[in-house]
Formats: sequence, structure tokens, C-alpha cells
Amino acid sequence: MIDHNLFESDSVVVRFAGDSGDGVQLMGTQFVGATALAGKDFGTFPDYPAEIRAPAGTTYGVSAYQIHLGAGPITTAGDKPQVLVAFNPAALKVNLPSLDRGALIILNTDSFTSRGLQKAGYSEDPRKSGALDGFQVVEIDIATHTAEAVKSFGLSKSDAGRCKNFWALGLVQWMFGHEIASIEAWLAKRFASNDAIREANIAALRAGHAFGETAELGAAIPRWRTPRAKFPPGEYRGIRGSEALALGLAAAGELADRPVLFCSYPITPASPLLHRLAQMGAHGVGVFQAEDEIAAVCAAIGASYGGAIGVTSSSGPGIALKTEAIGLAIAAELPLVIVDSQRGGPSTGLPTKTEQSDLYQAVYGRNADAPVPVVAARSPSDCFDAAIDAVRIALRHMTPVFLLTDGYLANAAEPWRIPDIDAYPRIEAPTLDPSRGREALFERDPATLGRPWVVPGTPGLTHRVGGLEKDIRTGHISYDAANHQAMTELRARKVASVADFIPDQEVAVGASEGDLAVVGWGSTYGVLYQAVQQIARTGARVGLIHLRYLNPFPRNLGALLSRYERVLVPEMNMGQLATLLRDRLDVRPAQLNKVTGQPFLVSEVVAAIRQELASLPKAQFRAV
Amino acid sequence: MSAAIDSKLTPKDFTSEQEVRWCPGCGDYAILKSVTRVLADVGARPERTVFVSGIGCSSRFPYYVETYGFHTIHGRAPAIATGLKLAQPDLDVWVVTGDGDGLSIGGNHLLHALRRNVGLKILLFNNEVYGLTKGQYSPTSRRGTRTPSTPYGSIDTPVVPGLFALGAGARFIARGIDVDKQGLEAVLAAAHGFDGAAFVEIFQNCIVYNDNVFAAFTEKEHAPDAQLRVEHGKPLVFGEDGSKGLRLDPRTLSLSIVDAKERPDEVLVHDETNATLAQLLLGLGPPEFPVALGVIYRNPAPRFEQEFVARHPTQMKRTAKIADALRQTSTWVVE
Ligand code: SF4
Repeated sequence: MIDHNLFESDSVVVRFAGDSGDGVQLMGTQFVGATALAGKDFGTFPDYPAEIRAPAGTTYGVSAYQIHLGAGPITTAGDKPQVLVAFNPAALKVNLPSLDRGALIILNTDSFTSRGLQKAGYSEDPRKSGALDGFQVVEIDIATHTAEAVKSFGLSKSDAGRCKNFWALGLVQWMFGHEIASIEAWLAKRFASNDAIREANIAALRAGHAFGETAELGAAIPRWRTPRAKFPPGEYRGIRGSEALALGLAAAGELADRPVLFCSYPITPASPLLHRLAQMGAHGVGVFQAEDEIAAVCAAIGASYGGAIGVTSSSGPGIALKTEAIGLAIAAELPLVIVDSQRGGPSTGLPTKTEQSDLYQAVYGRNADAPVPVVAARSPSDCFDAAIDAVRIALRHMTPVFLLTDGYLANAAEPWRIPDIDAYPRIEAPTLDPSRGREALFERDPATLGRPWVVPGTPGLTHRVGGLEKDIRTGHISYDAANHQAMTELRARKVASVADFIPDQEVAVGASEGDLAVVGWGSTYGVLYQAVQQIARTGARVGLIHLRYLNPFPRNLGALLSRYERVLVPEMNMGQLATLLRDRLDVRPAQLNKVTGQPFLVSEVVAAIRQELASLPKAQFRAV
Repeated sequence: MSAAIDSKLTPKDFTSEQEVRWCPGCGDYAILKSVTRVLADVGARPERTVFVSGIGCSSRFPYYVETYGFHTIHGRAPAIATGLKLAQPDLDVWVVTGDGDGLSIGGNHLLHALRRNVGLKILLFNNEVYGLTKGQYSPTSRRGTRTPSTPYGSIDTPVVPGLFALGAGARFIARGIDVDKQGLEAVLAAAHGFDGAAFVEIFQNCIVYNDNVFAAFTEKEHAPDAQLRVEHGKPLVFGEDGSKGLRLDPRTLSLSIVDAKERPDEVLVHDETNATLAQLLLGLGPPEFPVALGVIYRNPAPRFEQEFVARHPTQMKRTAKIADALRQTSTWVVE
């Protein structure tokens, strides 16, 4: 017998949506934990309302959590949800336009009152207006079922209502064939000291699960089955970008055997890193919240001057304020890591929306010839390695380094094979044997051009550094014309020398020569990967080249790109990497640019690749 | 011979080989001399001492002292010095700034370094003018100051550095005059000995752009009547033979001048821990009143960087391994 309610697919995209108070985020993270235990790959993204306390039931107060799960490799949180759990009319209204055709919608009906509909801005009940035609809708009065399940625990009405998310989670677990034991264990630990709340939530979870299994409606509730992912053997965990970044910075401190001083000023969307690092004291991490962005970078520079690893962090507008001080770190040749969680701009722009806004600012954004190495993280787990890389370059070459990330990466999560930290090379900085004396203070390492990191407190080596141009040999102030020429060239060569230490650029997925190179950087990796993989599977000669190192580029990048007929650069800006490729490699790429504040959809990139391939003269001879 | 005597340094040991580039006759020379003398006197070690500055004439100071030095960017020295102190709380860190650097472009950082009580000795050279950029008026210039940028006279009310510092929550506020060797050195030594943010305003003559701007109280012939040298526990007297004293008018909550010889018991006694008295003293000035000099306010509190380390969960030590942190969550094994 064919079971019309059993869906099988390689992967599925699920979205939970409700009011901030509905516990949607918690529901999402618990679902992810169970997904991981079920052996599946996943990518997630939480979508919080921009307002801190938006009025309940309104569209701008909707909080959502999206998860893409399945066999993998899963590199994004998914384009269009196939399953939506909507706790109220506003959640339905906000998410309906993004759903996949024929998606399954589970509606919590108790919130579909005339007042609830009105607050969501519905003049007519969407269940009756035809707005849901073509979707598979399951209506469940979750609130009443939950109240029923927890009534023996004597909770207040509002406390009982708060168990709703676990009831719904129980049902979703059943739908996906996931166990609920791990969630019960989590609840037992989380509410160890509150018997009633703990038992009520566990009861709600079980009731939701049993509802799927036994209720008369049961037959009508669809089930989903996806294969397990084929992960390489190892120990795994789930990781968010902000967590990976914090761990990476702390790991870099351990690898360099130096304290990390993180000096920052609160700004959206960079603050999660500040909060996470504030909890990492035991790793030799100190967190200083400065009076402003300028003070934050300056304190980080002061910390580096004192021998610690100075790190500052911000987003576009705050980075702009730090610009002059970054120039000082370049002139004084001090290590510094600047973490830029990019967001939509200019000015205050779209603080909560993702944009690859600051590549120009990182590469070009200073007075005079002031080059800085720039690295970018591409996925939540990759933030770990990107952070270690940034610190390594900063210390090896005695230079500030930009580390580009964004709000999407910070909040998105994925499974991660826990790396073996002992396998990472130690992070070294140039030093000076005090017996060599002051004459050797500015003798640079010939390979990295880093000057010795001599910190105050070192006997016999007192000297001065600063923002004025210095003599290339002695380090004393110098206004000499030839010396400034030589120092300017030295600073350029120093940053260029980073390319001698970074790995050759590889092709992430697809063809390593052929018709089209798709070149990306940063958080678009997941989408570009899926898009290129999808097209490459059809036999098209398309490859993804995703850049970690944006300044300088890997030495082989030019040669690698020349192996393709064309280059396409999809970016969430108006073409900043495209400019850089033209500038540095004389490559003339086609562009796909999007600045809506929303990540690319795989389908958008696929369409652009197809269009590019179709425009190739030889395209007609190839089956694409 | 003991090691202590062995290692006694002289002012010359604190003088760098760099050619000094202030205008001839600039008050900065005298300050530099006093600072190097005090460093020698208090037994400072060159390698443990750091001078951090911003931009301006005063900010060239680090080049001329044989210690570690960081000539940074305009206004930011307190922020950079704060970071240095977080990395190395036990260094002897001096910040050298001016009225433009410290109170205009860098006012915010000065405010926060003071309120946090970061262990910095902050020397603010006040000459009421922008020297390095050729003579524009500054935030301490008096109303009506004519400069190239204010040809009809400035119209803004000047900031009183000491009152700014007090308002910011500074725990040590003192004043000295560039060429008053004795008074200045006493103040610098006191600042060095203070365990926290020590704010010292130094009246510094810019001979080129603002010559004699402080003459009303620095000139020898006016000095006795125009300078009030405060000392903790001593009566607030000034004038020839200490003939004048300050008393509090309780009706107006203001200071007035009394004959200290005739009515000695009405004369206030200086209490350097009294912020209200400090506020009254810092607000005094010619023509009616003398200018208060010396340690006007000293009221110790925990030093920021010390607290930063003390309250840090592991005193900034690395006690945990990243390998463990990576596993502080639920993990699963794929065979
Ligand atoms: S301009 Fe004034 S403050 Fe600057 S060095 Fe010359 S005299 Fe001194």
C-alpha cells in the first residue's frame, strides 16, 4: 500500500515560527540536537525580530528558526521551507511567501481568533480566503492539547501555555522519526530544581509525540524520512559561527601562548562574539568593553604593544571609526585582529541584515598606502580556522589583519567534526635576543618582514614607536624622502609576503577547469556550493572557487581562473570582489549582485550560472 | 655596595639621544627636565616605564625620554594606555597630552580613563592654544581669544581641566607650572606615587602662539597673591607671609578671602579627600582669587587594571584547554 503521508527525500527544510515568547528558538535548537543524534547533516538559521520587545501577535514580532536537514552535504539553511510550523497568524503571514510549493503547514488554531488575525493584519481568515490553496494544511489546537497534557501539574495558565513549544516539538520529532529521549534528558537537567516545570514540559513533549502516533488525526499527519549523512568518522558537535569564532580566538591564544585581549564596543550584529568571549576567561581571554569604537581598537593596539594578542570587533560603521587607529597599527607594526561582522549599509543601514558590505573598507579603506591582510570566514565552523589564521598572520608579519564575517555566519549553525588542536602548528611572532641590542630592533625577518615584537618591560631595549614615519633601519622618526619611499614599499611587500605562507587556492566543488569559474567569498559559500554542485552534476564544466584570503590573493589564483572561459562573481554587494579581481588580476568577471538583506537562494545562483553558460559561444554543443 | 645604590639612575639616564624639537623658550623644556629628575628621584626603571602620547607639541614628549614610548594618534593616548595596562598592569605608564589632544578630540577617552581609575599618570600640558597646527584657539582658551580661526574672538566658554577631571570621577587632581621646578616636581612625585589615575594639569607657556597667557599668576611679582599652594592638613593661605586665607561663606557656599593673621580660625584647612572643597578650589582664579596649585584632590580607590585581573575568573591565566572547551556541549561520534 502506498502511504501518501510518508515523504522521502534527500533533505528537507523546516521552519518554526511564532511570537518571541513562543519559545521557537529553543524548539529549533532542541530539534537540531535530535537531528544530529539521528545522524543527519544540517544547516540552521535563526531569524529574530529586529525590535527588542515587539508587541505580541504582530508581524514584526515574529521569531523564526529554520533548519535544513538530511543526507548532505548540507551547506545552507535551505531556500524554501517544505514544512512550516506557525504558532500564530502573524507567523503564517510572514512566512507564507517564502514557502516551497505544496509545503506542509501546521497551524496552531487557538491563536486564529479575530483579534489574532487583526493583529497580523489579516482582514479575512487565510484558512477561508484561499490564501492557503495549494498547501497541505494541518490544523491543530496546540494550546488546548498542551493544557490537557500538563493540567495535573498545577501550573498557572501562563506557565502551562509556555509548554506549547515542547508539545509541538514532540509532534515534529514524531513526524521526522526522531527520538525524544535526548530532549527529555535536556529538560531534566535544565529544570532540575523546578519539578513542576520540568515534569510539565516532559509531559507536553510526550503528549505531542503520542499525538502523532495515536490520534485519529494521526493518519493525516505526514511523516518525513531522510537518509543519514555520510560523515567522515570522528567526534562531532553542532557549532554556531559566533561560538566558533570565540573558540578560534581563544585557541589562537593557546597556540601562541599569549593572553588574548578582546576590546570591543557593543554593535549589531557583532555583540554575540563579545558575550561569548566574556565567558572564556579560563582560556586566558580578557574582555574590555571600551567607551567607543575608537577606544576599543586603541585599547587592542595598546594590549598588543604590551605583548598580548589585541583583538577588536565591530560592524561596518564601527570599523569606519577605527580606521585611523588601524593605520597607526600599520605604521607601528603591531599585530592586531579586526573582526568585522558585516551588515547592510551605508551609515546605520540595515543593522540586522546580512551584506558583504565591507570588502572595500577592509582592503582599501584607509588614508595613504596602508595595506592590510584580509581573510574571510565561509561557514559557521570555518570561523574557528579563520580566526586562528587571522591571528597567525598578524603575529607572523606584525600587522593588523581584517577578519570578515557577518550576522548570518554568527547565528547559523552546522555539525562540525571537532578538530585536533594538537595538530595545529604553534603561532610564532618574531622576537629579539636582548643581547643583540637596540641596533637590531628593526631588523625584520626576511621572509615575513615582521619586526621583532619587543614589549615594554624588556630590559636594555627601550625604544619609541609611533605613527610618524620611521627610519627603516633605526626606527627613529624620519622625514627623509627616500626613506618614506622605502618604508611605503616595505609595508606593501610585507602584506604581499603573506601569499608566501598561505595555501594555493583550491576548487571547492565542480570542475577544476572549463567553462565557468564561480568565485565567491564569505558566507555565500553554502549557497554557491549547492548551486555549483547542482549544475556540475549535469555535466557542465563549472567550478566553485571560494576565497579565504582576499588580500593578498593566493599566488595561483590568476592561473587558476585562466583555466576557465569565464568568471562569475555572485556577491551580496554591488561587486566588491569583482572590483578586486579586476584590480589585482585583470580578470573581467560577470557579476550577480544582491543587496536585499536576504541571503542568495540556490535557485538564483543556479539561474545566473545557467545564463552565463548559455551565453558562451560553445554552449549549444553542450548539454547543460 | 648595595644593589639599590648600584642601580641609582640620574636624570641623564632618562634623557634620550633624540634632538629636542620644541621652539626655543617653550615651557615644555622645563617640564621635560622636571620629569626626568622625578623619574630618577623616585627610582623609576627605564624598561618598566612607558610614555604614551597623542598628537600635539606636548605629544612629542616620549621621543625625549629614555624609556619605552608610544607616540600614537590624536586624542587616543588614554585608550591605548588603558589597553597596555590591561596587558601589563604593573608597568609605570605616563600619558602626556595637551588641552586640544586631551580635552577636545580626546575628551571622551580622558573622561573614561579617569572614571575607571586606570593606573596612569596623565600630564595635561595646558597652553590654551593649538601650537602644532599654528595657533588656533583651544577648548581651554578664554572667551574672546583672537586666533587665525577666531579673528573676532572666540565665543565658547572654556573648560576648566581640573573640574572636568573631578566631574569625570578622577581620584587624583593636581596642578603645577612648567617653570616652577619645586612645585611641579612635588606634584609629579605625588602623581607617580598614586595608585590609580593621577591627573596633573601643567600650566605651560607657548612662547610662540600664546605667550604669557598665564602671566597673571605665574609672574614672580604677582605670584604670592595669585598662587595658592595647597597642602593636606595645612590652612589655605597665600599672599606675602601667608597673610591671606580662604574661608567658606556658608550662606552662598562659596569661598571668600579673609585676613589670615587677624582671623586665623576662620581659614579653611585643606582636606585633599574632600571633593566639594576640591571643586571650590579648582574653580578659583584671577583676578579676584589665586590659582590653586599642588595636590588639590587625592582620594584613592581600586585601580582599574588591578580589578580587571583580580575579578577575572582566572586572573588572566590560561587554566583550561581548548580541546576541552570544544567538547563542552553535546557531542556524537561517527564510526
Ligand atoms: S608652538 Fe608653542 S607649545 Fe609648541 S613647541 Fe612651540 S612654543 Fe612650545
